Amino acid sequence: MSLSSALQQARDGGEFDSLSQEIPYARYLGIGMQRDDRGLIFELPFQEKLIGNHLLPALHGGVVAGFMEHSALLHLMVEQAQNRLPKTVDFSLDYLRSAGAKNTYARCEVTRQGRRVAHVQIVCWQDNPDKPVAAARVHFVLEDIVEDKQSSDANPL
Amino acid sequence: MNFDIDNSDPIHSPHHYLKVAEHFVDDVPHCRDLGVSVVEAKHGEVLLKLPYREDLLGDTERGLIHGGVLTSLIDNASGLSVFCSLPEMEAIATLDLRLDNMRPGVAGEDIYAWARCYRLTSQVAFVRSVAYQQRHLPLATSSSAFMRASSNKSFMSNKKGQS
Repeated sequence: MSLSSALQQARDGGEFDSLSQEIPYARYLGIGMQRDDRGLIFELPFQEKLIGNHLLPALHGGVVAGFMEHSALLHLMVEQAQNRLPKTVDFSLDYLRSAGAKNTYARCEVTRQGRRVAHVQIVCWQDNPDKPVAAARVHFVLEDIVEDKQSSDANPL
Repeated sequence: MNFDIDNSDPIHSPHHYLKVAEHFVDDVPHCRDLGVSVVEAKHGEVLLKLPYREDLLGDTERGLIHGGVLTSLIDNASGLSVFCSLPEMEAIATLDLRLDNMRPGVAGEDIYAWARCYRLTSQVAFVRSVAYQQRHLPLATSSSAFMRASSNKSFMSNKKGQS
């Protein structure tokens, strides 16, 4: 299944599993997503390999960052009308609390979506949504998804 | 402005910093799982290597590394450069991290992150970092801040006093 058909399935049928399966890093981290009455919610189930400090214990800060960036990316892809691939331009993350060794959740909000640039805010929490562990924002540049592999630039360098 | 190291704390032997960096990488389950290794470590500075594997991809159709991978590796290297600045081990916490993505990483090549803690105060550490696959082509640059002595439970509490 291609990314765009997995995307179509997520938008039309609310079936998000194949979308996560299409993205290796999301599969590695074990990121899941679903839709509830407040919109899309992302979940990072706890795994031993995600630990950054085993004495506290706490999740690896980079894992939390990667999870949030991925959530923003998928949120924008599913919620936007066209098949455009967001590319991260910059990402700014504030850590608010230590993330413990447990399940982590994120919600995103598209603050502004222009023709070329989108601004997305992400909040991440564990037990209590009112006590976020981190808050972040991302700028994405949007470009059309190229269906024809031949014409796509496989090596942007 | 330059990013020369501004830190009046005592400087240990080069071996000390390599030992600190390697201990940190070996002691972190997430680093072990990804196979992160220390290429170089000295006072206030560290270079990490993340071996390429398919799990790191974000876009399989175009063969591009997921942006979150660079964020994670840079976060890792940045924190480690602070450990390589401290006169003795203490726990630190990332306050914030900003990343600018210059170009995407490509499949098949290992990823490196270099970080320098260029200013250490009694409370805060400031870090610059860059991730690359080819040394002259930065994939992402970053600036971050860390709080010192964030917890009594040190990363190396069991090894304190040894160096």
